[in-house]
Amino acid sequence: MAAALINVPARAKRGDVIEIRTLTSHIMETGFRHTAAGDLVPRDIITSFTCRYNGIEIFHADLYPAIAANPYLSFFTVAKESGKFEFEWIGDNGYSSTASASITVE
Amino acid sequence: MTTRPVTRRNAAFGIAAAAAALARPSISRAQSAGRVVVVGGGFGGAACSRALKRANAALQVTLIEPNEVFTACPFSNEVLAGLRGIELQQFGYDRLASEGVTVINQAATKIDPQQRSVVVADGTSFPYDHLVLSPGIDFHFEALPGYDDASEKMPHAWKAGAQTLLLRRQLEAMEDGGVVAIAIPANPSRCPPAPYERASLIAHFLKTKKPRSKVLILDAKDNFSQQRLFEKAWKELYGDMIERVALSQGGRVTSVDPSTRTIVTEFGNYTPDVANVIPPQRAGHIAEIAGAADATGWCPIDPVTFESKLAPAIHVVGDACLGGGIPKSASAASAQGKACAAVIVNLLAGRTPETPRLTGVCYNTVAPGYGFSLAGNYQPKGDIFAEVEGGATSPVDAPRELRAREAAEAERWFQTITADTFG
Repeated sequence: MAAALINVPARAKRGDVIEIRTLTSHIMETGFRHTAAGDLVPRDIITSFTCRYNGIEIFHADLYPAIAANPYLSFFTVAKESGKFEFEWIGDNGYSSTASASITVE
Repeated sequence: MTTRPVTRRNAAFGIAAAAAALARPSISRAQSAGRVVVVGGGFGGAACSRALKRANAALQVTLIEPNEVFTACPFSNEVLAGLRGIELQQFGYDRLASEGVTVINQAATKIDPQQRSVVVADGTSFPYDHLVLSPGIDFHFEALPGYDDASEKMPHAWKAGAQTLLLRRQLEAMEDGGVVAIAIPANPSRCPPAPYERASLIAHFLKTKKPRSKVLILDAKDNFSQQRLFEKAWKELYGDMIERVALSQGGRVTSVDPSTRTIVTEFGNYTPDVANVIPPQRAGHIAEIAGAADATGWCPIDPVTFESKLAPAIHVVGDACLGGGIPKSASAASAQGKACAAVIVNLLAGRTPETPRLTGVCYNTVAPGYGFSLAGNYQPKGDIFAEVEGGATSPVDAPRELRAREAAEAERWFQTITADTFG
């Protein structure tokens, strides 16, 4: 299974408000927990998420340790033109993940 | 999934009740020591009615239940898999009636907390000193747009009976190579491990009769009860026949379209050959009518007395109550019903109720001769029941003899709880 799930409508009418949903599998380790031996479990979270629509950033979120594992984000935009949505997650320890989805606007 | 109820207090209670029954001639029934109305004749309500009457034969106990025959959910997954006839699941109320419980086969339609009375479908009113609601679950259809249990296209089979047989017929009619989807809601819900037992036993049926078929679980949860035991058993017994899409893989079902048998999740659509859609749940409707259900749809209670936090002099037991750590099961309902009876007997006698300690054992059968179990002890802590020490789960690595023994124990558990409640 891919790390990210994306739901973008395959087609929409120009001017429609469309919902975009993303879910990515990630442990979101807070950095506040200790092992049974008393060692700190190092922080390992996604720190930012970006969505670009034909290269233009339309949504951005910063994520913090209080956000639960497997972050699910849902947001809205206006369908302006056919093209591509690109998604990017960046996190601790050099974590980086991308995904994309196409839309046809009539 | 099946569950076993025993409370240490109930055991003592039974002995005391037997002694009382010997000492007290039946004529004393004429004197009323109090009127208790119990709504709902499942494991919780029936156990409560019986325990009340056995503890004090002078009590007037009325059980209001629309069905003349009760169909038990535990072991109904075996019926789906063709391993058991539904008649073995069915029980009447004759024995309760012969013990002096007044059984009214009508639906409760109205509750008047001021007048302290329950009105049934034909308009008859039953006054009470204490009311016990044990209405089980109803489905939260608003939480699953499109769902309609009347269409018969997506049976839930989450109340045993006609729905169980409907799903059974659909499984029998499916072509080899088909996909059976099971949509599982988030907790709280009735009998949390039971959907996974169901997936197992359906896989057993398919492996035997339609070996090219698959079971697809669409799950609104990431983790579930006895997960490691189930996953190990699936691998051992069914290979890759069972596929599970967890919450974090997009498994939560957001709507359905029964006309096309489409199940919609947040990230995709599925059109299985058989769709067993278990909708989100809430307390049985009468709890809402009584004003005992909160915004969650369930009933907050004082766990010592089972009294509703919202409606005074109304006790709630079984699946309908917000029990906290104690899972919604036949076992829990029965244990709560009996403990609630003891509380009411004490309250009517002007005594302080004792703090209940409930024990439940839950059995899962994943194939004939392959079972495992989870036992837990629960005590009131704040507003809920919290698990206390002494619980145990079957080991993940165990010889097949143990699994076979636990499968046989499950069967005996069912005989015991049904005899204890209805026999």
